Amino acid sequence: MKLVVAIVRTEKLSEVLEALFRADVRGLTISQVQGHGGELERVETYRGTTVKMELSEKVRLEIGVSDHFVDPTVAAILRAGRTGQVGDGKVFVLPVEKVYRIRTGEEDRAAVTPVGVPAG
Amino acid sequence: MIAADVAWMLMATALVLLMTPALGFFYGGLVRSKNALNTLMMSVSALGFVGVAWAVAGYSLAFAPGSALVGDLSRIALRGVGLEAQGTIPHLLFMAYQGTFAIITAALISGAIVERMRFGPYLAFLTLWSLLVYAPVAHWVWGGGWLARLGALDFAGGTVVHITAGAAAFVAALVLGPRKDYARQAFLPHNVAFTVLGAGLLWFGWFGFNAGSALAASPSAALAFVNTMLAPATTLIVWTLLDLHRTGKVTGVGAATGIVVGLVAITPAAGFVGPMAAVVLGGLAALPSYFALLWRARTRLDDSLDVVAAHGVGGTVGALLTGVLANKAWNGTADGLLFGNPGQLGVQALAVVVVIAFSALGTLAILKLIAVFGALRVDPRSEGLGLDVSEHGEEAYARGEGAILVLPDAVPVRPAGEAVDRATSVPEGGRA
Repeated sequence: MKLVVAIVRTEKLSEVLEALFRADVRGLTISQVQGHGGELERVETYRGTTVKMELSEKVRLEIGVSDHFVDPTVAAILRAGRTGQVGDGKVFVLPVEKVYRIRTGEEDRAAVTPVGVPAG
Repeated sequence: MIAADVAWMLMATALVLLMTPALGFFYGGLVRSKNALNTLMMSVSALGFVGVAWAVAGYSLAFAPGSALVGDLSRIALRGVGLEAQGTIPHLLFMAYQGTFAIITAALISGAIVERMRFGPYLAFLTLWSLLVYAPVAHWVWGGGWLARLGALDFAGGTVVHITAGAAAFVAALVLGPRKDYARQAFLPHNVAFTVLGAGLLWFGWFGFNAGSALAASPSAALAFVNTMLAPATTLIVWTLLDLHRTGKVTGVGAATGIVVGLVAITPAAGFVGPMAAVVLGGLAALPSYFALLWRARTRLDDSLDVVAAHGVGGTVGALLTGVLANKAWNGTADGLLFGNPGQLGVQALAVVVVIAFSALGTLAILKLIAVFGALRVDPRSEGLGLDVSEHGEEAYARGEGAILVLPDAVPVRPAGEAVDRATSVPEGGRA
């Protein structure tokens, strides 16, 4: 099993999710995060105060997948999340030691296989 | 008594009262989220503390006969203030209308000391200031005092309200000192939408403030009303162009600020100048305040929400331009410099200088007096945590997660031993 962690543009989230669902990837967690990825700073002005916003809003996706699902998952994110500009984000693939499904106590591959799909 | 006047002044009083919570939103949006409620409360509390102080003593000090400097104590606790006519409206209504001015004037000062002042000393300051600084100045200009006898023109409070508040703000910011990390970290407004909402409600209430100052449903009220529409509209345009020129973008905070500056500037002139003069006044008023605001941000003066630039500078420009643009053809009483009466500008300038000096000294004395009884500022740790929690024990944007109910009678309802110790050791809302 692997944990795919992707940081993507907020405005690309809908496209990334659609691509993931088309690739039959279900079961993911997203969170709002802020980060700096080398993009140009945004300048904002409030009365006499001018500031450079060093952090940009991003979305972080965490997807636990069985090994043969890693490539389709990563491919979907790369395809749907890309604009070609600096700041498109990153995809990390991490090894996973153990996975449990809380509802059933299932472990590992069975735990990351969506309901209704035979684990195999 | 004239029924139409009574009806209009009832309405106008309510409109001016609304300006104080509106100011709370205007200011509240400009601070960081951890101080949002504290900043709102600084305005809201004025409704109570200054409102009652006004009825008990402030009204007498401002509007009872007395001397040229201050009213006497003959109207203390509203003695002799009943339903008899004062002009064409009931005396009691006149008192209430003037009370709403005292409330917002005191609340205006809070913008200079947000995010760091302890709430108890703030309440003491607010109350004392309204009695010892606002009421005498109101007497000078509107209560038959020496500035009234000199012929100083102040239709709705450019000098009485905005210059007093601006001078007090300057001194209060100096006495309190800058916020922790001021000029080292960026302090951003946490909710610009609140600020724009507050400016909109202020404008709405300001029709009562300026047109109500005619004290009648009269042609003079109509003139003040139209000027209150046109002057801020012009300030907004000029502010927009200045923003565009400086940063290439038109800001919401800038629009809200421009509207308020225009309203401040037209206040003393509202019933004295013609409508096109109001347009000129509104446009000119943008420039000094805009640049005062930019300049202030580069100094050590942490007048946090720019009360001096908006109200002090805007009020001064309005008071002086009243002496230039006043036109007897519109107001029936006095001409300004442009219409052959240069002396009026001199009277206006004298009023501005004396009121600035009096308000600054009075504010300094009151703050020093309060400081004898306890610290004016919260400790640095509370300042870091935010005054919503340290002063009020609540949060503007509380997230329910992790909140464990503290039971009043401390009877454990959980299974024996579990979590009871932690629940009862949750710190209370007081000072951390």
